[in-house]
Amino acid sequence: MLPSELKPEQFNGYPPEARKLVTNDLAALQRLPLSFLPSLLREVIEYDFKFPVERRALERELANLKSLSREQTKEWFQGFAGIQISAELEKSDWVDAPAQFVEQLSAHLWATHQLDVFRTAALAYAERLRAAAPPELPAMPRLGIAVIGQGVAKAEEPLFRKLRPHGAYFSSVQTDNGLKVLLDAAAARAKAHPVEYGHWYIDGGQAAEHDPELTCVSYHALGPARAALSSKIRAEIERPGMGPESLRTLLAQLRPSDLGMGGPTDQPANLGPDRETGKPVDAVLDRFQVKLLTEGSGTQIFSTTFAQWAAREALRRAQPLTLLVRFAPRQRQKPMNEMLVGGNERVELDPLGSLVDADMGAYYNWLNQQRLTGAEQSSFLVWFENHGEALIIGPSTPRGTESSSAANLQQLLSWMA
Amino acid sequence: MFCSGRSDVSSRELSRQLAFTRRDFLRSAAGVALGSALLSSGLAARTGIPAKKRKVVVITFGGGARDQETFAPEGQENIPHMMRELIPQASFFTQVVNRGILGHYVATASLATGVYETFNNFAAVPPQHPTAFEYFRKDLKRPSTDAWVVAPSNGFNRIGESNYRSYGPGLGARVILPKHLLAAANNGGGADYEHLLRDNYETPYFTPELGGGEFELQQLEMLLKLSVDDFKKHALTLSSPDELSVYIARQLMHQLAPSLLWITMHDIDIAHAGTYSLYVEGIRRTDRLCGELWKSIQSEPEYAGNTNVFILPDFGRDADEDSGGNGFQHHRTGDALSRTTWMLAMGPGVREGLVFDQALQSTDLVPTIGSILGFSAAYAQGKPIAELV
Repeated sequence: MLPSELKPEQFNGYPPEARKLVTNDLAALQRLPLSFLPSLLREVIEYDFKFPVERRALERELANLKSLSREQTKEWFQGFAGIQISAELEKSDWVDAPAQFVEQLSAHLWATHQLDVFRTAALAYAERLRAAAPPELPAMPRLGIAVIGQGVAKAEEPLFRKLRPHGAYFSSVQTDNGLKVLLDAAAARAKAHPVEYGHWYIDGGQAAEHDPELTCVSYHALGPARAALSSKIRAEIERPGMGPESLRTLLAQLRPSDLGMGGPTDQPANLGPDRETGKPVDAVLDRFQVKLLTEGSGTQIFSTTFAQWAAREALRRAQPLTLLVRFAPRQRQKPMNEMLVGGNERVELDPLGSLVDADMGAYYNWLNQQRLTGAEQSSFLVWFENHGEALIIGPSTPRGTESSSAANLQQLLSWMA
Repeated sequence: MFCSGRSDVSSRELSRQLAFTRRDFLRSAAGVALGSALLSSGLAARTGIPAKKRKVVVITFGGGARDQETFAPEGQENIPHMMRELIPQASFFTQVVNRGILGHYVATASLATGVYETFNNFAAVPPQHPTAFEYFRKDLKRPSTDAWVVAPSNGFNRIGESNYRSYGPGLGARVILPKHLLAAANNGGGADYEHLLRDNYETPYFTPELGGGEFELQQLEMLLKLSVDDFKKHALTLSSPDELSVYIARQLMHQLAPSLLWITMHDIDIAHAGTYSLYVEGIRRTDRLCGELWKSIQSEPEYAGNTNVFILPDFGRDADEDSGGNGFQHHRTGDALSRTTWMLAMGPGVREGLVFDQALQSTDLVPTIGSILGFSAAYAQGKPIAELV
């Protein structure tokens, strides 16, 4: 089927808000090439479970498409229109399963050497869209915080090497109540500028006590969901014919209730109490957390990967004003000879390896924050937990500098503004 | 959407810049000189080694490593063996571009056929075009014991021979999957095989089923003169699957001395799990193992002085700057960094301590090996590398 043949009733399987959105703009969608449209529908079908800022961005994108004349649409999408799609892809159910289509399209583009053409077309479209429907500016300058090295007595290599050229390094930071100071600072920002899903706390271990104004995601709290996912995967891979691609498709279809999370249904309009805690279910956050585990590679196994990926996805999707990420020690990767001996099921931790992971993770957090609007006003702080080393980056922070003067974290936060 | 903003510099230009940067790193750190294509004058003729005596060992990494963790100043600490021991004795090619699918099995198969293969990376299928092993054995009428592949990943069990008409079954390389062999040797008892066999880091938990002519356990003793007990005992001293592969490769060289030996390493690909420390550890281990293999080659009488070695990653990994990826973790964006890699060539006739930065393609490897060993890679898309033949 081609986009020009789309009819409103074909979207009956979409969640209610998404259905409304897509059927309102159907005429505009019918003009789009098949090499592009399912990528858009992949976002639309998730509309009911998207963060507010994502919803508004999607609405702007659809409004822009609606505003284009037939000729303009042709011009905007000429790069995509030149991409050859196989008959098999054309026949697939790309309306109801756009994510699967996109995955198959990706394989098709690689195999037919059209990936570069697609990439160029996608970049050109993103640039035009950014100009025509600019992304929102943040309500206040963004602040990113990374806390790394939990449980490490002494770092074996110099820290923050990637970030040092961009900010000021401090070697004598007072550590008293450091984590609390940072969490309180995040909470104060949340209170001063209350924005739904605007202020986040991600913990790679067990979350510390924090203000409920902060949207919190933690590796520890997802323990039961991780275990449920793990047994589901184990059961599935035993089935004949199950390959990596079928497994990925299956994972993409998992919902919070499949992993024992949330309320009795996954519909955002039907927010019953959480089965475990009795608190109101946050279906948007639950769906986000499930995606972290089912779409992120390594997030199920290594807590450092989980924290970095969760931060990346929170920044990309929710575009928070404040994001505090605390990395925790991940499990140690057993060498081969230990695996051969077997028998030792105890999970050991690798704090030093985790520090190296987290140091790189902090750099990625900063890079991802700087991809958002308002980057020139954004600030970033990374602290070696319970140690005197920290680094700050901000609009008025001198780059590539070092200081051994005594300072506390509150002062560092105030100097970044 | 798929990807977002980046500079409008073309992919080719980025590959070229990347190659120049690599060249500069090497010139300053390893003291190599800039090579020129004008120097080429026939490697085979220069060596004077009879065609029958020539051997080739190819070492690929199924899981590329980026410059910043290897050849850039901040990465050189991770590859001391390459920097100090291998590069000064090698011709180093800074710009090997892979224009094919960036999945490890299909990309390694493309390296082995000289054609950008287009099959599903995750399927247990043979390459669609003749492999170097088939050209070698058919053209030169070599026995099956003269071409071997050692690969840690179970998914590679079909790489030894294609399904191409007039080549294919019976004409390819014997394939050893040491991890699989180890699992068979231990009969699944006691060990944490579920983790050990989890060799596809892109899809955790998944262990591909085998199909095809993989090396049987009883052949350990028959061909490699290695008892199952000794094999198991030695494995207990090793920390990674790539160490096991190198151990098996050494046994092969010692017992059978194949003329064409292909070793695929995979430890670096732990990067897909998102743990930077384990990725860097993988690079350091691979660097050490490459150094050890080169030393083994120099100490084996059948190989010393008549063996050309090629070391190359199958492709790179995503750039930190590309928002479509997640930095070192994957190779999904198809950006210049993930497509552009390098190659190191060593051995008789290869000019030492030179760096070449003109663009090559991954598919040029097989025709180059063909020129050295004396077979014609008739269906390969690439061409012999002028500086080496």
